[in-house]
Amino acid sequence: MEQTEAELIAAVLRGNAASFEPLVQKYSPRVFATARRYARLESEVEDIAQEVWLKAFEKLNSFRGEAPFEHWLMRLTVRTCYDFLRAHQRNRESAFSDLSGLETDWLERFVTQTEAAADAADAAKLLVGRVLEKLSPPARLVITLLEIEDRSVREIAQLTGWSVALVKVRAFRARAEMRKILMKMATEKYL
Amino acid sequence: MNIAELQRKLLAAARADTPADRVPYAFEKRVMALLPSRAGADQWASWTRGLWQAAVSCMAIALLLGAWIFFSSTASSDSTDLSQNFESTLLASVDQGDQAQ
Repeated sequence: MEQTEAELIAAVLRGNAASFEPLVQKYSPRVFATARRYARLESEVEDIAQEVWLKAFEKLNSFRGEAPFEHWLMRLTVRTCYDFLRAHQRNRESAFSDLSGLETDWLERFVTQTEAAADAADAAKLLVGRVLEKLSPPARLVITLLEIEDRSVREIAQLTGWSVALVKVRAFRARAEMRKILMKMATEKYL
Repeated sequence: MNIAELQRKLLAAARADTPADRVPYAFEKRVMALLPSRAGADQWASWTRGLWQAAVSCMAIALLLGAWIFFSSTASSDSTDLSQNFESTLLASVDQGDQAQ
């Protein structure tokens, strides 16, 4: 008979580490999808996911069972991704001169015929990835959660452990930071 | 260039780009293989952390006591010292007995 999630967690806490494996199998797709929002290289994504599960195993005794396990795990995942961003603040100072032909074409189309530049174009996806990489870790986290994943301020506060007021302040600063980066890109490319 | 519109378009592009939830082959096996070693390492780490905290606390208490004794002895150095006070307290009952006789 298949064990429920609560039974699996209780078994792990009693010392049966093997009961942790079904939890890893069930929730790894969500952990990987979240990690891919913050890390570009697949090796980095795997490192984040591995770190999440090792932390989850260590801290499982702090899971009280009041909220679903998935919520607790997602909080851990987002915080691990944030730690990753803070530890890998690379490439933030690089110039926009190395944009690919595809990205430059999309930008030029945007300048000449704004509406013709499609949102879903691969070039736009590449370009936004580049812009997100230049954001500071708190700005990137808040832009991803608020603007891209469309989460509420309260949800973000729960996921990050920040206060609601702090999320609002960081969201305001993040949008300004993103505009500044876009302005720099526009200046570098077209002036 | 309309920066606000560019920002809106790029964020829309990011929203449209849902990341894959693909998990590498046998990932759960790799995690499970790492669990015992990690648990052992953490046990040692918590012991080490505890011992260091205890050592720091002991040092702090020793320093505080040392400072207290030093300053209290220098403050009372102009009067009788601690050993004399101790001796007179101890022999007070003997002195009272002598006076009664």
